[in-house]
Amino acid sequence: MKDVKVLGSGCKRCIETAALVQSEADRLGVPIKLEKITDYAEIAKYGIASTPGVVIDGKVVHAGGLPKSESIAAWLAA
Amino acid sequence: MTSTELPAKPRSATTRLIVTALLLVIWVALYAALAPASQWLVLQLPLDPASGAAQALAFFIYDTPKVLLLLTLIVFAMGVVRSFFSPERTRALLAGRRQGVGNVAAATLGIVTPFCSCSAVPLFIGFVSAGVPLGVTFSFLIAAPLVNEVALGLLLALLGWKVALLYLLLGLAVAIISGAIIGRLHLEGWLEDWVRALRTEAAPLATAQLSIADRIDAGVEAVRDIVGRVWPWIIGGIAVGAGIHGWVPEGLLAGIMGREAWWSVPAAVAIGIPMYSNAAGIIPVVEALLGKGAALGTTLAFMMSVTALSAPEMVILRKVLTVRLIAVFVAVVGLGILVVGYLFNFLFG
Repeated sequence: MKDVKVLGSGCKRCIETAALVQSEADRLGVPIKLEKITDYAEIAKYGIASTPGVVIDGKVVHAGGLPKSESIAAWLAA
Repeated sequence: MTSTELPAKPRSATTRLIVTALLLVIWVALYAALAPASQWLVLQLPLDPASGAAQALAFFIYDTPKVLLLLTLIVFAMGVVRSFFSPERTRALLAGRRQGVGNVAAATLGIVTPFCSCSAVPLFIGFVSAGVPLGVTFSFLIAAPLVNEVALGLLLALLGWKVALLYLLLGLAVAIISGAIIGRLHLEGWLEDWVRALRTEAAPLATAQLSIADRIDAGVEAVRDIVGRVWPWIIGGIAVGAGIHGWVPEGLLAGIMGREAWWSVPAAVAIGIPMYSNAAGIIPVVEALLGKGAALGTTLAFMMSVTALSAPEMVILRKVLTVRLIAVFVAVVGLGILVVGYLFNFLFG
């Protein structure tokens, strides 16, 4: 079970990112626990300066803009 | 984005470069054909060429494709340039910088760093908590929305490169000086307490190795995103502008928006704050107003106020800034825009 956090205050891109991660995980059959972090102070603690951010098992893998589905697949496979 | 990324699908940079070059040739051909084609089209209309309707239509038929073509090119170029930057990298460049040099660097980076007003707060916190001085952070936050590719593209298309360049330089000046003043005032105590207490380590993000193909894709994506979003505003703005061109009498606005009306500059700034239309809808209207006696400085001040001081952004920033700090921000930036307005009216009377 991979622990995935999507960081973002609820902007359109953040919601899209969460949906994209979920659909990519479903497609690959990788079980994930998806959590959306919307609190600004919480987001800041991950050390990013742009949202949406993606954190997988505690490691920040992405910040700013919609991630590509190939990238998501790579993060989930790692 | 990470080093663990699988080998990317074989995508040919050569194919993309060829397609890009080909599209550029088509772009140049279309642009060159624009003036004769639109003139011919207007002559086919059963209208008296001197009538208001003919003038309005001529403006609309020529300017709509012209603006869209120039905007597409500029947004594409900016998309490619921005693929070399990220807010995280800009933050690393600005952390610990001193006032002065830091403000200049922040304002300049504000133009080329990808920025969305929806992530203004994470960016603000991310910068301040990682040691970017408050005034330097403000220089970035002022320049990023003020000097944007949509405004520059439209100014270039409708008012020429001189005005576009002046807007760029004066926008930078407003961002640099406003940030420097806010920094000099030492208002760190006016941040919300939880923001001041926050100290973060920058996330160790692996820098993405983007290929030329990726960067061209970034440009195409920017066009799809930005031009796809603003084109209805542009067409609406040009339609209103066309109406003004065709039917508003010459010199009508000289009394209220001309350079003799000294109070029109502060009025333009004040009216601009609650307006949150993007530059796309406003610049075509501004261009038309200029032809009817409005002064350039007054109209530029209005545009800057609309883009740099937006009420919705202040509501978002209220989460991290106290009301007092927001008031200082508005006052300093507003004053800067005011100076720009008067300066323009004085220089280009």
